[in-house]
Amino acid sequence: MNELPQQLANGLILGAMYGLIAIGYTMVYGIVQLINFAHGEIFMVGGFGALTVSLWLPEGFSLLAAIPLMIIGGVICSVAVGTAAERFAYRPLRGAPRLAPLITAIGLSILLQQAIWKWYPEAKKDRTFPQFSGDPVHIFGADIQRGDFFLILAAPLCMVALAYYVNKTRTGRGMQATAQDPDTAKLMGINTDRIIVMAFAIGAAFAAVAAVGYGLHNGQVGFKMGFIMGLKAFTAAVLGGIGNIYGAMLGGIVLGVAEALATGYMADVPGMEQFGGGAWKDVWAFALLILVLLLRPQGLLGERVADRA
Amino acid sequence: MTTLLEVEDLRVAYGKIEAVKGISFSVEAGQVVTLIGTNGAGKTTTLRTLSGLLKPLAGKIMFDGQPLNGIPAHKIVALGLAHSPEGRHIFPRLTITENLQLGAYLRDDKAGIEKDIQRAYDLFPILGERRKQAAGTLSGGEQQMLAMGRALMSRPKLLMLDEPSMGLSPIMMQKIMQTISELKAQGTTILLVEQNAQAALSLADQGHVMEVGNIVLSGTGQDLLHDESVRKAYLGED
Repeated sequence: MNELPQQLANGLILGAMYGLIAIGYTMVYGIVQLINFAHGEIFMVGGFGALTVSLWLPEGFSLLAAIPLMIIGGVICSVAVGTAAERFAYRPLRGAPRLAPLITAIGLSILLQQAIWKWYPEAKKDRTFPQFSGDPVHIFGADIQRGDFFLILAAPLCMVALAYYVNKTRTGRGMQATAQDPDTAKLMGINTDRIIVMAFAIGAAFAAVAAVGYGLHNGQVGFKMGFIMGLKAFTAAVLGGIGNIYGAMLGGIVLGVAEALATGYMADVPGMEQFGGGAWKDVWAFALLILVLLLRPQGLLGERVADRA
Repeated sequence: MTTLLEVEDLRVAYGKIEAVKGISFSVEAGQVVTLIGTNGAGKTTTLRTLSGLLKPLAGKIMFDGQPLNGIPAHKIVALGLAHSPEGRHIFPRLTITENLQLGAYLRDDKAGIEKDIQRAYDLFPILGERRKQAAGTLSGGEQQMLAMGRALMSRPKLLMLDEPSMGLSPIMMQKIMQTISELKAQGTTILLVEQNAQAALSLADQGHVMEVGNIVLSGTGQDLLHDESVRKAYLGED
């Protein structure tokens, strides 16, 4: 059962999820040097937004047709929470010592978890997320669950759209300028406050897409799902080089594949038998992070910040 | 002549420390006006306040008949005030062309932007040769050219240049100063902040000497150039 194609497929699907969430960490960090530790919860809220839409739809409504509506619902919820966090929690602290927004982010994360736990109907336990029926599809020697095709399609589409936005549009260019030198960006006529809101909004929207993928993959969403996923996505962002959007996706994929391979094969390595299986996968993920930070502190695609004149 | 910029009793502070202590000066359209003085005199603070990056404590700034007080930096550019900051501050990981395009961020006339980019390349041929290169790879002098070219891309009514000759080789400095006089000849209104008093005063219509937050002496460029106290303090004569 530990076939390589299957493990790679599992890793890629998980990695796409990490990568999509990691975009939010990396964009916000790249522009305001803030680690938005509430981003995992913004992802979680997106999952509940999508779930809510699916519950509104009439019985027998096709899931395939529902997915776009669920994405819209999830994106609206995530973006609303993400931009509100920026406006009311982080913006007043701009210019404050770094620790202040960091602690705020952790507080916000607990607040959002508890709000869903308390006020979302029956959210004290995981809630069932709609599932595609039918057997897995067998391609390239791997069995892929039907719901996982969502991430396989959505992740590259999102990345292409983001690359286009950042490199080819005026606001995207303004975003790069703001990341590199915010004061000088203002001198160009760039409304940097608006750029910061855009960064939060895009990150939140991508997290919501990831949350739909998460729900379809796991068959459930829960108020706690943002914690470990957020931590893994943050790891992916650092792994890829924080501030670099392509690095975030690459870091996610590397992390996902490494986890899957460690889960599948570690038990076969002589002397490592007891470290195989899913229980140890987080250990391998974070061990990989430590290793990368030791050997390449700027991350896989990170740039050394030495070019400021 | 019309007055383009009028600064009245401007005071700026960083926390409790007052860096600019009530200065007044004006810039007429078509003039080159220079602020000279040593480090810490408040020259850069003055420019950063004019472009909206710093908030004044008190005082009035009138630009092109409109008060600038309270207008955020990104809207001041739109009014026609461009600022090439001290230390050049080009966007290091963007190409030269992209840097120039950012200078025209608020403009919508594609053809006009293209033309002005070409004009920047004519003014500074080296930028044209390296247009696809990341700006961070340029030498200091080339970065200064780029910063000036970028500021011109907004087609400003007033161009503010902060220490354009700082840290440059004598040859490069000469080239930059020559460009400023070319711009002057074309009718560009310039507010120039410089530590190199000799160079700045020789091309300025008006000059103001700043010392610890105050303007201590004003006059035409030529007057100041021949003023004994200026010669002693800023031109290194005994």
